[in-house]
Amino acid sequence: MEQTNKKAWLYLLPAMAFLGIFLVYPLIDVFIYSLEEGYNSASQTYFGVGLYNYAYVLHDPYFLQALKNTFILVLITVPLSTGIALLISVGLSSIQKLRDLYQTVYFLPYVTNTLAVGLVFMILFKKTPYTDGLANLILSWFGAGPIDFIDGPYWAKMFVLCFYTVWVVMPFKILILTSALASVDQTYYNAARVDGTGKLRIFTRITLPMISPTLFYLIITGFIGAFKAYSDAVALFGTNLNAAQMNTIVGYVYDMLYGDSGGYPSYASAAAILLFAIVLTITCINLLVSRKHVHY
Amino acid sequence: MHVTLQNLTKKFPGRGKKAAEVIAVNDFTFRIPDGTLVGLLGPSGCGKSTTLNLLSGLLSPTSGRIFFGEDDVTALPPEHRGVGLVFQNYALYPHLTVQQNIMFPLENRKGKDKLTKEEMRARALEAAKLVQIDGLMERKPKELSGGQQQRVAIARALVKMPRILLLDEPLSNLDARLRLQTREEIRRIQKDTGITTIFVTHDQEEAMSISDLIVVMKDGVVQQIGKPQEVYDDPVNQFVAQFLGTPPINIFDGAIRDGKLCIGTTPLLDVTAADQEDLVIAVRPEGFNPRQNGIFSCRLHRVEVMGRDISVVCGHESFIGENFRAIIDSEELAFVSGDTVRFDLNPNKVFAFRKDSGQRIRF
Repeated sequence: MEQTNKKAWLYLLPAMAFLGIFLVYPLIDVFIYSLEEGYNSASQTYFGVGLYNYAYVLHDPYFLQALKNTFILVLITVPLSTGIALLISVGLSSIQKLRDLYQTVYFLPYVTNTLAVGLVFMILFKKTPYTDGLANLILSWFGAGPIDFIDGPYWAKMFVLCFYTVWVVMPFKILILTSALASVDQTYYNAARVDGTGKLRIFTRITLPMISPTLFYLIITGFIGAFKAYSDAVALFGTNLNAAQMNTIVGYVYDMLYGDSGGYPSYASAAAILLFAIVLTITCINLLVSRKHVHY
Repeated sequence: MHVTLQNLTKKFPGRGKKAAEVIAVNDFTFRIPDGTLVGLLGPSGCGKSTTLNLLSGLLSPTSGRIFFGEDDVTALPPEHRGVGLVFQNYALYPHLTVQQNIMFPLENRKGKDKLTKEEMRARALEAAKLVQIDGLMERKPKELSGGQQQRVAIARALVKMPRILLLDEPLSNLDARLRLQTREEIRRIQKDTGITTIFVTHDQEEAMSISDLIVVMKDGVVQQIGKPQEVYDDPVNQFVAQFLGTPPINIFDGAIRDGKLCIGTTPLLDVTAADQEDLVIAVRPEGFNPRQNGIFSCRLHRVEVMGRDISVVCGHESFIGENFRAIIDSEELAFVSGDTVRFDLNPNKVFAFRKDSGQRIRF
């Protein structure tokens, strides 16, 4: 028994070493930096130890803005993208003709570069001296607008960011959900039909529970992904996100490290640890909720 | 409720461009009397499951009609037919408990048929008691054995008081001992409820043992319908004769010459039928009676004693196949020894069929 244990550890060693060096050590390091006041990575010096970095970050209006943006983004895009993806997948699995074509079309955004998509969105929504853009053209048909979605009011910019995020994360969800739906045994549907079950009830009582593990996986990874959003905002609003009021927490961390106002690894570390705490809490809540509603 | 099938036909389009369409059920006409247990029997691909799906409404026929009692249900979708269907793999919803599974069909009801929670619970409990699983109501399907799952599936089909009950290969997922027990159980439940029940099986023993009537099918065509014993004792063609019975019937080359039925060149029985060549003579294993001076002489290979059955394995040059098997009584064992064994044949256990069409020649 003792012998096998030693062997097992030996086999685990390469993976443990890599994880330790590249995952656990940096994590601990970030935690230590976040407690060291005025840490300077060049001179490796700091003034003292304490919670000052956290206090600073939590009082920084830019961080609070980033926190608010991130939460709005998460709360809007995760349910919306998952819900729409579910609708589209159900639609896809109930058609016969052209299913492959539609599947390909819906998957295309996934293989497209984020920045390229951001450029397209900018052209669609941006208002310039020469043109109001396609979005405003459509709005004008309904007698509304024009609104500058890229440099205009906060809610308009947030709308574009959410729209863009939903659009970008959906293909993957559609792909996963379509295959989950296809793997539900047809006899369950036959049994339900023979028992006179309505379409909606079949969906809520049979389809949803059957694909609940997949759905849960998508929601968890969706939450984590949305909390870590950064490149989407950059693609739309450029690198000076604080000025655009569109910064996210990861964006704030980046700015604190390398941005124009950067060079503060301690603040960056504190913000990163705060993000970590938030994601951890939300994931734990998700897991607790899932115990009741996910059927493996 | 009696069920009438009228010229029921189901064709499936062939796969590929030039493939011919497949006729799964061909011109099936039959009236199933009220309260009977009917077994649809045949090898795989014979159309028995298609017939069941036509009855349930999951498939719609290419032509022909289906009546439940006097109602024409041909165009009715499955949810309005009021059939209970037990699937081969049971199709129990894995995320629901036994009770929720059984209550599921009741919860679907709308309008005036709607039941209160208490009524549903009572009905579910009643159905569960009928199949003796009322102690397992809070379990999930995966915590049940195969036999218990089977019972839950039957309870779920019965709880809505269906007009007819359909069972698709109900015993195929059970082990041998459980199968024996469960088929008695199905018989009992059917007798208790009096619901007209149709089940599909490829196992002839299963069909013979519990059915009031069996329907033997082959390639979409009904071969013979009748009480199990009648079909066994009086098959209409070679296929039915060979499909029913374990060990299977023994097949010999033969003919009728000079008013005598012959296996090979050995004349065996006096018959009234006209002389003809190229026949298949089929003898049930229990049709061989070893006698000191029996008329049918065979090479003796070995004697196998398995419990109450004594089977004698013999060879004969006219036998189609290698060895044939005769089942004999223990007192007849005295006549079996040495290299050859001599049999008399029981005329009721001997059938003659045309070699080309398999049609029965009565004699």
